Amino acid sequence: MIWGVLQFPGSCDERDAVHACRLASGEARLVWHEDRDLGGVDGVVVPGGFSYGDYLRAGAIARFSPAMEAVAELAAAGGPVLGICNGFQVLCEAGLLPGALLLNESMRFVCRQVELVEAGSIVDLTTPGGGQVNQSTSLSIPAKHGEGRYYAPEEELDRLEANGQVAYRYAPGQNPNGSARDIAGVRSEAGNVLGLMPHPEHAVDPLTGSTDGLRVFEAMAAVAA
Amino acid sequence: MNVETAKHRELGLTDSEFELIVEKMGREPNTVELAMFSLLWSEHCAYKHSRKLLGKLPTEGERVVMGPGENAGAVAVGSGYAVAFKVESHNHPSAVEPFQGAATGVGGILRDVFAIGARPIAILDSLRFGELDSLRSRHLLDGAVRGIGHYGNSIGVPNVGGEIYFEAPYEHNCLVNAMCIGLAKSDDMVRAAAAGVGNAVVLMGASTGRDGIGGASVLASAELGEGDEAKRPTVQIGDPFEESKVLECCLELLAKGLLVSLQDLGAAGLTSSAGEMASAGGVGIDLDVAKVPLREADMEPFEIMVSESQERMLAVVEPARVAEVLAVCEKWQTGSAEIGVVTDSGQVRILRGEEVVGEMPVEALVDGCPLYDLEPAEPAGWIYGNRATLAAGASAEDELLALLAAPSIASKRWAFEQYDSVVGSRTVRRPESADAAVLQLPECGNAIAVSIDGNGRRVACDPYAGTVEAVLECAQNLACVGAEPLGLTNCLNFGNPEKPGTAWQLERSVSALADACTALGVPVVGGNVSLYNEGPEGPIYPTPVVGMVGELPDPGQVAGSAFVAAGDAVALLGPFSPTMAGSELAKQRGELDVGLPQPDVAGVAAACATVRDAVRAGKLACVHDVSDGGLACALAECSIGAGVGCRVDLQPLRDRGCSPEEALFGEGSGGFLLSGERGALEALGAVILGAVGGTTIEIAAGDRSIVVGLGTAESAWRSLAELVESAGA
Repeated sequence: MIWGVLQFPGSCDERDAVHACRLASGEARLVWHEDRDLGGVDGVVVPGGFSYGDYLRAGAIARFSPAMEAVAELAAAGGPVLGICNGFQVLCEAGLLPGALLLNESMRFVCRQVELVEAGSIVDLTTPGGGQVNQSTSLSIPAKHGEGRYYAPEEELDRLEANGQVAYRYAPGQNPNGSARDIAGVRSEAGNVLGLMPHPEHAVDPLTGSTDGLRVFEAMAAVAA
Repeated sequence: MNVETAKHRELGLTDSEFELIVEKMGREPNTVELAMFSLLWSEHCAYKHSRKLLGKLPTEGERVVMGPGENAGAVAVGSGYAVAFKVESHNHPSAVEPFQGAATGVGGILRDVFAIGARPIAILDSLRFGELDSLRSRHLLDGAVRGIGHYGNSIGVPNVGGEIYFEAPYEHNCLVNAMCIGLAKSDDMVRAAAAGVGNAVVLMGASTGRDGIGGASVLASAELGEGDEAKRPTVQIGDPFEESKVLECCLELLAKGLLVSLQDLGAAGLTSSAGEMASAGGVGIDLDVAKVPLREADMEPFEIMVSESQERMLAVVEPARVAEVLAVCEKWQTGSAEIGVVTDSGQVRILRGEEVVGEMPVEALVDGCPLYDLEPAEPAGWIYGNRATLAAGASAEDELLALLAAPSIASKRWAFEQYDSVVGSRTVRRPESADAAVLQLPECGNAIAVSIDGNGRRVACDPYAGTVEAVLECAQNLACVGAEPLGLTNCLNFGNPEKPGTAWQLERSVSALADACTALGVPVVGGNVSLYNEGPEGPIYPTPVVGMVGELPDPGQVAGSAFVAAGDAVALLGPFSPTMAGSELAKQRGELDVGLPQPDVAGVAAACATVRDAVRAGKLACVHDVSDGGLACALAECSIGAGVGCRVDLQPLRDRGCSPEEALFGEGSGGFLLSGERGALEALGAVILGAVGGTTIEIAAGDRSIVVGLGTAESAWRSLAELVESAGA
């Protein structure tokens, strides 16, 4: 498994994502935003940060980058694509994931460790190779964002839930941004594109707080297998 | 007196300084030259009231890689790596426009660190505001915290710690000090001195506009007062995205070995960068302002030379490498222009195309400013006033709750949750989980710890003892995570040094800093001075802010500052003899006065060594430095952090001669609160106070005892967010 981690001007977490990919499943390298060719990687991480400064709506410019064209093709071909934080925003802007991320309810940036729970009624993304729902599965992962409030119209949310596209929710009382139905992460209808507001790449080392994030990378690697 | 000579006063130069310039130039300076002199001869650039004092500071040590005089200091951390660090103030800009003032303060200190070739890996900040019942203070706090978060979060450098105090003397003149830590391969580091006659001078990053014109002289080197609104145009506007690109661009240029030297553009813009590079290298520089990329085409040469537009860097490049340098800038989509050349003339020459618009000897411009002797006189008594906020005769429980709820002591979660503390994958201890931030260095197989401290109120009580305490507090915080100090940086925030009382504070404080660092064997590798911090009501508390970096061998072996398990013993270690002098409780009672006991530096150093070794050996479950609010507050913090109570008796402090309230709430250096296995704590020489357990905090101290529910204590300690948010900013 070879991961490509996109690097935009203004990306912040790309080196951490490369490190996490390597820990979880082998090789990883940075992919420059102007590269139309992903260089044969098996999967892509669109990392966190402030792509192109994000002075416009977050992710609104990055979606037009040459590398994102290639990511859209990889996604269409069933390759795993993981968007984290700003990456989630970019994937929503690009139409690869439904919904949008709005300014936090508090109107402030927030950085804290949050508990995520596997949303029910879907394939267990946290177990390599898929598997059945494990209600006891929860992940302790840091969230850090100013625009992380997931939003979609009610009927769209109903449809996502019915399709099992709500991949992660904040545990009760843990929602840091006021997102609809406590949603922390959603995936595409086909299941190979995942967007997640909290940062699994910052939960891969017991010294820095948790290793739960590794399971997200392992699960995405399993999509490629 | 002609127009130009009257002009020099507007620019902050005295008549005698102007005469000296005329003498050194052999003629009257023109507009461009006068503008440049006024900046480089300002307090902010020339340290004309502080440089003589700063010579006392010890700057040498076997781990020092770069000392004062460079953009940042650096110490070796092993495996060929060095840690660079510096703290700098952005007080007056923040007092005028807190969001941009604080944001660009962060931007400036980041540039100082990557200017020497180090990748920034952490930010800390030390903030001071007036009391929170003031709308202005809430506005400044909210803006400064948002600004710091905006810049640091956007650029992907974690904010790992800091401190905030609220005191009336900062009401008009808040303090925003930002510290940056960077990591570099020692071999890749670069100095700021220009070298190589004929080499090109390349300006990189943002284009140059009219923002921040005169910031160093108008804002940073004069007192605040009426008409500050009109100074808003002198505050710079930050663009973290541009900085992020320039940062990556510079690090790539340095990794490729394409730069001879590098310098950031901070206060006084091109003027100080070019002047200081030339001075450090013993060379001359020609700059052509017509080649500087501008935001507004009609800018005058003097405006271009003094603009403080942010996110700009100046590099010296061999002519053959210029094309490669410009290509890397192009890749990072950041501006670049070859604007000048290194000469052997000994002059800074400013050209506009063919026309020479300014020409000054480097020596006169950069090093010619007269240095002044201070005229210190000790103020007669306490000059800052008192305001009682706590009713006389309050119970010990009420006093503890009032202290825990005091904004200076209460949890700062409201602030630090607005900062990304985890980006970079190094943060082993996040804010409030230990007394110092801990950052792992997988490159070197070890870790560093960082702390920033300075209690202005105590320095006001006694500038010497208070400053020694600030250094000791840092050292104690590092010891709590098992770290040994490697180096120190400082930011001296004081009032107007031309006033005898402030001069006395400054002189005593710098002497103390020198003595404490010498005694601890910690070199001062850099620093910053911010004077003229005054409002209409008078000067701020004298506030030396100390930042210390230490090393620890194993990031897996770091104790936290919260109790761990019920049944663990609670103990006190160190030469701790608290008094009420200068304490938070004395403040709340309106009983502040001059005088502090002199700290036992050798005793504290010995206690630090004991604690450091014990942490490294894994003998301590929890260790917390006893600081603001005394032992009672330290106990409450350890309990709240763990969600478990404690029951202790402070008789050992009574045996040292402390009164009950001194034992509970007295302050002073040298106290470590420990928890762990009783035998292990006793073996360290700690005195056992009691044990962890239960759901109440129970503290006996002679005839004054406290029994407070954990929930009640936690509500008080977590009250800051409500105080800030409900009252409105």
